[in-house]
Order: sequence, then C-alpha cells, then structure tokens
Amino acid sequence: MAEQFDEATQVRTLPFYPPNPTNRPDRQRELQGFMEREQAQARMQQSIHNFTSMCWDKCITGTPSTRFSSSEQNCLQNCVERFLDTSLFMIRKIEEQRGAS
Amino acid sequence: MSSFFGGSSSQPSSPSSPADAAARKEAVMNSIRGELALANAQELINKTNDKCFAKCVTKPSTSLSSSEETCLVRCLDRYMEAFNIVSRTYTTRLARERLDVQSDSL
Repeated sequence: MAEQFDEATQVRTLPFYPPNPTNRPDRQRELQGFMEREQAQARMQQSIHNFTSMCWDKCITGTPSTRFSSSEQNCLQNCVERFLDTSLFMIRKIEEQRGAS
Repeated sequence: MSSFFGGSSSQPSSPSSPADAAARKEAVMNSIRGELALANAQELINKTNDKCFAKCVTKPSTSLSSSEETCLVRCLDRYMEAFNIVSRTYTTRLARERLDVQSDSL
C-alpha cells in the first residue's frame, strides 16, 4: 500500500517521463540520480578546463620548460583560490546592493 | 510478456527479465560515462592545441622546427600538469567550503 503510494507520487513528480509500466519508478529514480551525478561531474570538469585555461594565460608567461618553477605552481594554486574568492565576493556585493535599494 | 507489463508494484516473476534490465541499464550507464570521458579528453586536447600553438609556434614557417617540437612536447606536459594542479586545488577548496557550510548549519 505504502509502496504504491510512493510510486504514484514518483510518477507525478517526474513530468518528463510519461507513466510507463515497463519503466519502473525506482529504476527511473536511479537513472535520474545517475544522470544528475554525471552532469554535476561534467560541469565540474568544464570548470576545471576553464580555470586551467585562464590561469595558464595568467601564470605561465615564459616558454614551457621541463618542470614548473615553484612560483608558477603557487601562481596556479592562488589563481584558482582567488578566482573563487572573487566569485563569492561579487555575489556578496550584489546581494548587499540589492538589499540597500 | 505479462511480467514485463504487469502491475508496477509487484516484483517481476521471471528471473531473467530483471537481470536483462540490469544489464541494459549498466550498458546505458557505461556508454554515458564513456561519452563524457571522451568529451573531457577532446576538450583537453583542443585546449593544449590552442595554448601550445600560441606559445611555441610564434612565427609559422614551412615546417615545424625541432625547437618548436621540443617546446610543444614540454608545453603538452606542463598543460596536463597545470590541469592536475587546478583540479586538485579546486576539489580541495570545494571540500573545505562544504565543511564550512556544514559547521555553520550546526
């Protein structure tokens, strides 16, 4: 009884998939969870690509040698950290401005 | 067939059909993982191509010189290393932020 109620609510909360008896809702939920995890991972990898590209341009100014100098390595790490700080800072400032007006 | 289209709350009676479905599901998941891994690798190749061409081939001539090739090899290694440094820094930061949020909400 409880299980049927569960499945009925499941179908209603998933408007993209029409109720289909061959696609059992627990399988739908599992696949949906899988897709969300994979999409989150893909977004994160895309962010890493963007950061690498941006920080490479900022930090690696000379011709590439056989290894990074410690200053290049530190610059790459700081670049990522400060970019994230900037992002948080901007969000805070925008929220402050919106609260003030 | 009746177990396939049967009541959604009952367990399928045939033992082969859930195994089939599990195998199909696993195949779908693996192909999605494969597609994403491929897209990730392609992105990395495109980026190294752009960045290392810009750095190493400043005046394109009729062929790549040996010094340009040396530069390209080193650049490729360094870009991969940079990617790993950035990846490590980013994931460490995310983990730290998540811990902060958790301790704030306590």
